[in-house]
Amino acid sequence: MSEEITIPPDRVDRVYENLDKWAESTGYHLNPDQEFTRQLVEGLLINRQRYGYQSCPCRLASGDKDRDKDIVCPCAYRDPDLEDWGACYCALYVSDEVLQGERTVQPIPERRPVEKQFP
Amino acid sequence: MSEAKGHIEGSQGDRRTVFYGLSTCIWCKRTRQFLEDQQVEFDYIYVDKLKGEEREEAVEEIKRWNKAVSFPTIVIDDKECVIGYKPEEIKKALGL
Repeated sequence: MSEEITIPPDRVDRVYENLDKWAESTGYHLNPDQEFTRQLVEGLLINRQRYGYQSCPCRLASGDKDRDKDIVCPCAYRDPDLEDWGACYCALYVSDEVLQGERTVQPIPERRPVEKQFP
Repeated sequence: MSEAKGHIEGSQGDRRTVFYGLSTCIWCKRTRQFLEDQQVEFDYIYVDKLKGEEREEAVEEIKRWNKAVSFPTIVIDDKECVIGYKPEEIKKALGL
């Protein structure tokens, strides 16, 4: 069994704040549901500690950075998922429509080709 | 966070329900909470917490139902499967 990884809450808050600033400065928006987003940020930090890179918290990482490069956040599928679904796969990032409450986030189908996960 | 594997008791226990999730995934957390709120009895497996052969076995089992191996995947009675946080589909599959 893996070791339990816990991230100090103040670290999650700090990373969340910085990520939010960075997202806005690059024209993206984090999910406005703060508790939801906070848990995703925590998941990213757990993965960073586990694997050495921030892979998507909602995908199974292999532990091989090169193989997982398409699912390192922000993942390679963020833009098309924002376009089609109004959110990226884990819903950390949302579109303007979602931010403004004109669209709600639904579970998003996996767009990552299966061969990427199991080459 | 949870153990890698476990069992949750519930009053809705006439079907064998297996929940495959990732401990870091928010949609998995919501789905598990939904199962618990509905008092479903189920086994849970956090695949990200498994290693080596145990992880491979879990992945092979998920692949039988969900080729993309995405999470959560809920297998009911080894007959049907619900992929993703879909409360209505879960209710229907479990006859709730």
